[in-house]
Amino acid sequence: MKEQLQALESEALAKVETASSLQELQGVRVAYLGKKGPITEVLRGMGKLSAEERPVIGELANKVRGNIAAAIDEKKAGIEAEQLEKQLEEEQIDVTLPGRPVAVGGPHLLTSIVEEIEDLFIGLGFEIREGPEVETDYFNFEALNLPKGHPARDMQDSFYITEDLLLRTHTSPVQARTMNAMENKQPVKMICPGKVYRRDTDDATHSHQFTQIEGLYVDKNVRMSDLKGVLDRFAKHMFGEDREIRLRPSFFPFTEPSVEMDISCKMCNGKGCSVCKRTGWIEILGAGMVHPRVLEMAGYDPKVYSGFAFGMGPERIAMLKYGVDDIRHFYTNDLRFLKQYHKA
Amino acid sequence: MFVSLNWLKNYVDIDQLSPEELAERITKSGIEVEGIERFAQASTNVVVGYVESCEKHPNADKLNLCQVNVGEETLQIICGAPNIAQGQKVAVAKPGAVLPGNFKIKRAKLRGVESNGMICSLQELGVEEKYVPKEYASGIFVFPEDTEAGADVTELLNLDDIIIELGLTPNRSDALSMLGVAYEVAAILDVPIRLPQTSLRSADDVAEDHVTVRVEAQDVNPYYGAFIVKDVKIGPSPLWMRNYLMAAGIRPINNVVDITNYVLLEYGQPLHAFDYDKFGSNEVVVRMADEGEKIVTLDDVERTLTAEHLVITNGKEPVALAGVMGGADSEVSDTTTNVLLEAAYFDGQTVRKASKAFDLRSEASNRFEKGVDPNRVREAGVRACQLLSEYAGATVLSGVVEHDQLDYSEKEVTIWTSTINDRLGTSISDEEIADILRKLHFNFKQDGETFIVSAPTRRQDIVIFEDMVEEVARIHGYDNLPFTLPQGGSQAGGLTKNQALKRHVKRFLEGAGLSETVTYSLTSKERSGQLVSPEVKDTIVSTVSLAMPMSEEHSTLRVSILPEMLNSAAYNLARKQADVAYYEIGSIFVSGEEEVSKQPDEKLRLAGVLTGQWLTHPWQQEKKPVDFFVAKGILEALFASLKVDVTYKQAKIDGLHPGRTAQLFAGDRAIGFVGQVHPAMQKAYDLKETYVFDVDFDYLLEIHHNEPSFAVIPRFPSVSRDIALVVDETVPAGAVLAVIAEAGGSLVKDIQVFDVYQGEHLEEGKKSIAFSLFYQDPERTLTDEEVEASYQAILAEVAKQFGAELRG
Repeated sequence: MKEQLQALESEALAKVETASSLQELQGVRVAYLGKKGPITEVLRGMGKLSAEERPVIGELANKVRGNIAAAIDEKKAGIEAEQLEKQLEEEQIDVTLPGRPVAVGGPHLLTSIVEEIEDLFIGLGFEIREGPEVETDYFNFEALNLPKGHPARDMQDSFYITEDLLLRTHTSPVQARTMNAMENKQPVKMICPGKVYRRDTDDATHSHQFTQIEGLYVDKNVRMSDLKGVLDRFAKHMFGEDREIRLRPSFFPFTEPSVEMDISCKMCNGKGCSVCKRTGWIEILGAGMVHPRVLEMAGYDPKVYSGFAFGMGPERIAMLKYGVDDIRHFYTNDLRFLKQYHKA
Repeated sequence: MFVSLNWLKNYVDIDQLSPEELAERITKSGIEVEGIERFAQASTNVVVGYVESCEKHPNADKLNLCQVNVGEETLQIICGAPNIAQGQKVAVAKPGAVLPGNFKIKRAKLRGVESNGMICSLQELGVEEKYVPKEYASGIFVFPEDTEAGADVTELLNLDDIIIELGLTPNRSDALSMLGVAYEVAAILDVPIRLPQTSLRSADDVAEDHVTVRVEAQDVNPYYGAFIVKDVKIGPSPLWMRNYLMAAGIRPINNVVDITNYVLLEYGQPLHAFDYDKFGSNEVVVRMADEGEKIVTLDDVERTLTAEHLVITNGKEPVALAGVMGGADSEVSDTTTNVLLEAAYFDGQTVRKASKAFDLRSEASNRFEKGVDPNRVREAGVRACQLLSEYAGATVLSGVVEHDQLDYSEKEVTIWTSTINDRLGTSISDEEIADILRKLHFNFKQDGETFIVSAPTRRQDIVIFEDMVEEVARIHGYDNLPFTLPQGGSQAGGLTKNQALKRHVKRFLEGAGLSETVTYSLTSKERSGQLVSPEVKDTIVSTVSLAMPMSEEHSTLRVSILPEMLNSAAYNLARKQADVAYYEIGSIFVSGEEEVSKQPDEKLRLAGVLTGQWLTHPWQQEKKPVDFFVAKGILEALFASLKVDVTYKQAKIDGLHPGRTAQLFAGDRAIGFVGQVHPAMQKAYDLKETYVFDVDFDYLLEIHHNEPSFAVIPRFPSVSRDIALVVDETVPAGAVLAVIAEAGGSLVKDIQVFDVYQGEHLEEGKKSIAFSLFYQDPERTLTDEEVEASYQAILAEVAKQFGAELRG
């Protein structure tokens, strides 16, 4: 019997060895290990054996079964692996083909610039205030120390609707409104972004509608050096840590002293080139210390309070930062323009 | 303001600096230098020549053969200028000379005759045509007789002068004069200033005997001075004066006119010279014009005046529009011998009204508008008289006949060193403040840190303490200001909830595939009536239009963002950008008044435009054109993210496809629409099938609810049931769905439409809609009986309401 079992084992193992499919392997399993298989047959005949032989043969039979089963499992894994490999080979795709497009949009460049500036000033403790685009003559001009007949009104010819209503020519009226509305004349620390309008014929450098961001800080003991420090932070944030700023005296009716801020030209590093008209500097914004008349009209005592204000054009900043060559690009909404500035 | 540096050198020493350095210093201290240019491009080897003889060229009618003495030699030169003549002193470019434009002069033969150089016009020497005196405009320039042959023309004609252009802000009208610029430069460089010495020889004859002055409009004409100058010999002004005028951008005319212009530029004080003999009387009367009164001005245009205009009259009729332009009748001409010279102070706003009304902006009106220096009015007149006697051979009568109520007082401003330092963040000493005031030539009294400053009348801009802060700061130098950050108590800056939400919505829509646009708020009258949402339309009483638009295209404020967005979409389509997906959040302007008198309501709207392909995947042959449900899907997702419940009702809205438009409601309130643009409007805009939406963004902000709250994640399984109902094709799916939700009871957690079918196997006029229902109870596992009961209730209700049957 022992010999019989050993013969069965080697016979079965040989068949396992030569099996080339899972089906064939299953055949081997059924043939040798099934209930009607020869090993079971052998075990059935065990009754005829002596008490000494029985456990020996039993153990041997189990061992043979075990060996055959293990060989089948091993072979099966091999065949399966082979088959999987073959299947994967057949499933190969051309990974260089383009993927399925996802609809992607993005913010307008002006929005990106405005939000970047907003976030910087939020970090410096500023709030964002908004106001109407159709303004009264009072808030657009008079409250900002521009009485009727003031020559500086020439500088910003405006779109009037009635004698008293006009499209705001700057976002400064938001400052006047905010100060006016402030109860107990608390400190004001705000920026106001928004659309503004001036009587300009649209061309590469003029637009009858454009964007402005103005800032205002009114408190006790606000110094002009604070303005310089804040503008320096702004310039470095927007144009790079290696930029320098310079303030130049200027004139705005709502500030005194008034300055314009230049940054050192990035193209030539201040040496002078065509971009900076050979001056080494590029004008970025106007600023100054809030005019005492403006404070007074808004109910702040200029003997107690002082403040600074600044105003800039995001279009100009975008044009300088990205080299946009025509202000009309901001308003034609050409997708080939818009998509250049879509970013995560 | 163009400043000739050679002219400026008469008053201040600037040779220590290059023009560029000087310009930089001026810019940094207060007045922006907008340009630095040579008066004329360089030429070499051009000298004065004496035309010894001038004969016709033997072979050419229009050419002359000249023998020209250039000092060391006599050159034979052929010249084609019509005004060449024997005895003239002219500019000669000798052989080897280089003229502007790198034009090299060589010996040449012209029609067989040798020519050894060129006799030059001013233009050929690089002077701009508009500054060239008219008599030389189409020929060569002729020097005064006493000019030495062989002298260097570049120097004589001031061709190497450097002109700096000052960009003056409205407050710095003091720098509209050479003396004002000299004061500025003297302060910046800390150098002394040399002022012109003015004096008059007294004559026996007195001006008073020849003219009287009466000012009726005293409030707008506080000073009027009349000088009488006799026996004027009209001719060219001296060469140096002509040079300076040309450098400053003024064309020389004759000595009288040039002298008034010269003094205008030197003192900043406009003067006017009348021909005394054509004045029409011996009295000057200054008054406001009568309504409809007429005057023919120097430019030979008849102007009709109003009571707003100030005029100089001879007691009968106007002879000049004060501060703007003189009259043609009393103009100085070649035959003038006696001159009435006016030096006056006219109110700026009055001059401005006239110069604006007649569009006559001039050097004179500009200065009056900005305010001239009271202390220079009379002095400028004296200076002009002095120059007239020197350069026009005139006799100046004694005295000036004047009306004088001018305020000559200097404004006093008190400053304190500590207060200035507090305002600037600096630590400037008392000594430095005193030094700055000295440099500026401001008088002051000092007591410790207190300075009582008298602002000179030339600096009308200095009125209050802050003006002096600026003076100190700019002379101290803004570069010397420290960098500090605000010291005040720190505040929490940040976005308001609505500002943050607006950003959230923008990012959401961008993530959904839309590109943000910024369009114009001003649109055309026609477009402003298009695609207006019904709930907006209901509130519009009148459109808000500009009083004086620049064009019809941008004349009216928008009440919908969509028309301008469609314009932008069409712009892209025309450039082969056929797939457009836009959104914009912006204000519309709604007036509830018949006649606009108050600020209109500004309402934020969210608008979108979609056209072309939504998605394409070409190599898989997939194309998904934009349709109604793409647009609606974006809105549904947005509303879900804002937790706003919106219902969609079939609607007919002007400008939209009548069958493919839904009006949006939040509860009972209409909040906008989504739909296809009406094909007729699509065509008008040159657009293909285009879908749009427009939503009341203010209201979304008001009702949104995007603070998430925790809901228990269900632990018990859900049960799903499908139900396909056959209804009339006119029954909206949304209505059926609403009934199912109602009838199904609280266990129905979600209902999805998964199929809509019409056609074969269905009766004509019927459609089948298939729904998936999801049942769930958070507390326990559902029983079949419960689900079945709900299902039957639904069937009964839809049968009752819509006659719906289960599809077999």
